[in-house]
Amino acid sequence: MAVETHVLDDDCEAITGWGRTAPTLARVQRPRGHAEVAEALRACGPRGAVARGLGRAYGDAAQNAGGTVLDMTGLDRILAVDTTAGLVACEAGVSLHRLMEALLPFGWFVPVTPGTRYVTVGGAIGADIHGKNHHVSGSFGRHVTALELLTADGEIRTVVPGTTLFDATTGGMGLTGVILSATLRLLPVETSLMRVDTERVPDLDELMARLDDGDHRYRYSVAWIDLLARGAATGRAVLTRGDHAPYDALPRHHRARRDPLAFRPGRLPAPPPYVPGGLLGRTSVGLFNELWYRAAPRAATGRLQSLPAFFHPLDGVPHWNRIYGPAGFVQYQFVVPYGQEDTLRRIVRRIADHRCPSFLAVLKRFGSGDPGWLSFPLPGWTLALDLPTGLPGLGRFLDALDEEVVGAGGRIYLAKDSRVRPETLAAMYPRLDEFRALRAALDPRSVLTSDLARRLAL
Amino acid sequence: MKDAFGAPQSLLVLGGTSEIGLATARRLIARRTRVVWLAGRPSPALTAAADSLRALGADVRTVPFDALDTESHEERLGKVFTEGDIDMVLLAFGVLGDQARDESDPVAAVRVAQTNYTGAVSAGLVCAGALQAQGHGSLVVLSSVAGERARRANFIYGSSKAGLDAFAQGLGDALHGTGVHVMVVRPGFVRSKMTAGLAEAPLATTPEAVAGAIELGLRRRSETVWVPGALRMVMAAVRHVPRPLFRRLPV
Repeated sequence: MAVETHVLDDDCEAITGWGRTAPTLARVQRPRGHAEVAEALRACGPRGAVARGLGRAYGDAAQNAGGTVLDMTGLDRILAVDTTAGLVACEAGVSLHRLMEALLPFGWFVPVTPGTRYVTVGGAIGADIHGKNHHVSGSFGRHVTALELLTADGEIRTVVPGTTLFDATTGGMGLTGVILSATLRLLPVETSLMRVDTERVPDLDELMARLDDGDHRYRYSVAWIDLLARGAATGRAVLTRGDHAPYDALPRHHRARRDPLAFRPGRLPAPPPYVPGGLLGRTSVGLFNELWYRAAPRAATGRLQSLPAFFHPLDGVPHWNRIYGPAGFVQYQFVVPYGQEDTLRRIVRRIADHRCPSFLAVLKRFGSGDPGWLSFPLPGWTLALDLPTGLPGLGRFLDALDEEVVGAGGRIYLAKDSRVRPETLAAMYPRLDEFRALRAALDPRSVLTSDLARRLAL
Repeated sequence: MKDAFGAPQSLLVLGGTSEIGLATARRLIARRTRVVWLAGRPSPALTAAADSLRALGADVRTVPFDALDTESHEERLGKVFTEGDIDMVLLAFGVLGDQARDESDPVAAVRVAQTNYTGAVSAGLVCAGALQAQGHGSLVVLSSVAGERARRANFIYGSSKAGLDAFAQGLGDALHGTGVHVMVVRPGFVRSKMTAGLAEAPLATTPEAVAGAIELGLRRRSETVWVPGALRMVMAAVRHVPRPLFRRLPV
């Protein structure tokens, strides 16, 4: 049989995730409406299609080698806002940034936000993202009251919570269909400021005790960990917890009293397109971590912070992913259930001993799990860290950490993965077989597929 | 699919009994590779090679392939790609020939050239087209330092590798930006059955070392890999030695 050669055209692009690893070529289409999405899906060819939002998934979830990638950011209309009930209906390509801009003046905030505002609603549902408030609010999917899903057969279905298709779609990594629009329940806020408590914590045991002890008093909680610190300082951290500041909490004469719901995120210049690799070595990251730890207040309560400063500090630097150089980086995020604290301690110690230069390591506690079949959160401890791919032996090291995570009944996060072994995955996600069966029934020709789906046989 | 570190899940080795090819396969199986296709002339050696990789836990299949039978390449290799994505193709076939004999036997000399160059052009283009259609993958081409500068002792082999090297570099440029990565590997003297009985050159290396360099090159998405790495500088100097002097060097 002759090999079909592909005629390259202008729509083809080499695409990577946010981590900039493993680029693959796809034909990128930019539909502007439901009909164009349906048409693109019908015409997508044997290698299928996948929806892509703002490309913040670290790995290959929104790549489709040799096939079609549907850039959904053209579907960016906010369809309806119920400012009394706190509901918004919007198209899938609307970003959380846009929702914040549009809804804060009415006193509503997005129910769940990850570390960046630049994710789309479709992506947030597909990855069933979580935020610093998971212990209170659960994941994003829990705040979706309905969504419109274009399935592989060309039908547009309205999918509501409590159904099989809903649970397969929240966290389903875009493989059950293309999310076209969704209705979300919002969170009422009185101001666009956060009231934040910050404390320095000298080691991991103390950190876990404080998180355990006080998290229920805050809506948002997160700990930045210095993973290069060793010995007695292993796991030293800066713990930041906060709530939306009520209007009455604003000091008299504070300028926010006049305009309490203002939202004006600032942006710094982006790093240049080419940054040499190896900038983030053990020395530079170690120095950064030392400064970051020392610069944090020993203990400060009730400081007022803007929403972007509290939730999305990295969004202030566009294209910050370039600082890892052309070889890119991986983000490793896992969760281990409560009762497996020893595993967490062991993993943190192993990372510290391995001298992994990670300056973005974050520890959080999850609340109860979410119904999505491939949803990541389960009640337990989650640690996320960025690592440059150039680190020798990193692949094997992370494989070994996977073993610990699986042994403890934990899992890794698919929206951030670009390297887990397919055979390890089934042990992490007990409902994976059900997911595969549903996909086989709903989409027998695998019209909806991605590099992630191919790599892990989802 | 390849993972973030460039480790492939599926591998096609052209020259299925090549020692470097098998050493690379073993190394990659220890990482992510689960499916390995060995392409070569059907022989007990090919079967044994497949069995040895199967013992490591890989799903190994063989496909009949003869570098000299270029007419068959499109059909034989094309079929491999219809069975599923291939994340990496390792073009590892080649013959050293016998310089002394080949100089007096043009037919034998041509066979070296046809195997190492013509066969590689054909197989390389077939695989490059298939990789391009699937939108991803690496084509790793085993060249040689011998192709960098013709030496009196093995210029027939060297010239065939020079042709292959130039071809692979051009192919890499043609495929730049398509998601397909072409990597040229230039090992020095490799201790293997191909070089058994020959006097060892300085900076001699092993199939395992070449395999290690290939894995590193995949991670870095390198375009050129020298094994050992010191050869890059050595050859940069050798390339500029004036010919009257080069002729007299004991290389």
